[in-house]
Amino acid sequence: MTPVLEQKDASQPQADPPSATSLQDRAVIRDALGVGVAVGLSGFAFGVTAVGAGLSLPQTCALSLFVFTGASQFALVGALAAGGSPLTAAAGAFFLGVRNTFYGLRLATLLRLPRLVRPLAAHMVIDETAAVTLAQESRRSARLGFTVTGVTIFTLWNLTTLLGAMGADALGDTERWGLDAAGPAVFLALLAPMLRTAVARATAALAVVVGLGLLPVLPGGVPVLLAALAAPVVLTVQGLAFARRSRKGGGEPVQEQAAEGTPRKGPEGEEHR
Amino acid sequence: MSVWIAIAATAIGCYAAKLLGLSVPEGLLERPVVKRLVTLLPVALLAALTAQQTFSTGGALVLDAKALGLSAAAVALLLRAPFLIVIAVAVLVTAGVRALGQA
Repeated sequence: MTPVLEQKDASQPQADPPSATSLQDRAVIRDALGVGVAVGLSGFAFGVTAVGAGLSLPQTCALSLFVFTGASQFALVGALAAGGSPLTAAAGAFFLGVRNTFYGLRLATLLRLPRLVRPLAAHMVIDETAAVTLAQESRRSARLGFTVTGVTIFTLWNLTTLLGAMGADALGDTERWGLDAAGPAVFLALLAPMLRTAVARATAALAVVVGLGLLPVLPGGVPVLLAALAAPVVLTVQGLAFARRSRKGGGEPVQEQAAEGTPRKGPEGEEHR
Repeated sequence: MSVWIAIAATAIGCYAAKLLGLSVPEGLLERPVVKRLVTLLPVALLAALTAQQTFSTGGALVLDAKALGLSAAAVALLLRAPFLIVIAVAVLVTAGVRALGQA
């Protein structure tokens, strides 16, 4: 993708230098496409996994078309394969999907979408579009990032799901190819740029402990939701510590501001390049 | 048939969750506490998901090749590798470690 864009530049060497906006647009598109292509890899893994778990090809493709949120899809397929009842399996997948509500809350203020566009845009509210969109500093970039990421992922995710489902038999064991590492690697890459502040790092650490600790004892999907409680817990602890420091007379509003985090500033986009 | 019921229930539930987030009135987010909370929630969820998918298989905690693959991905992230490279490193290292383990 990049070489094509650069070629275009070279063909008009004497033209005005590209405006800041178009440079920024280009960076946003590059990030968005990078994320979209990367997610394509795990779409393939999903297709293979779902068919391996006993789903038919139409069922596998229906999941990617209509559920379109990777973690929930993997969770549903895993639960069905483990012999869970349809509704228990669906409940676990739904719990995982609830985090998209939180992404939506944040995206709504950034994107300010017209009411009519919302039902269509809602389908694209997932981890990856949220990560790309929240990293943007202007509404224009946010809308561009959201749209390009959403459309790229939707297209590639469904295409690679189909390919994976068709190729499952030929490929055999997905784990042999390391494809089961693609999903968590996508999550890790999305998470990394968010870990700028001490508060964010403490939240992540607590969430990991809770998520892993409860995994063997609670039904699928529930531990992740409980791990989300790390956010209010860390904020409460931070609030208490701050209040105590203020009472001692050493209150520094600057510090709270830093903790509150303007984590979207800085060379955020570079994380994806 | 029951698989189709599960698929339909999941699709409807997940879509409703997505639409709800986009549709909640904006005033709800004006309070700083809510804003900070909503900023931190994806951090907690993504961290828990990463850990669970790295260190578990079918609901049981395991330590296998994936852990090494993800460690390699973390190093790639620290070196500011592009997104696609990070994923590729995780997949290739995991596959490589498994291949060596079986050799």
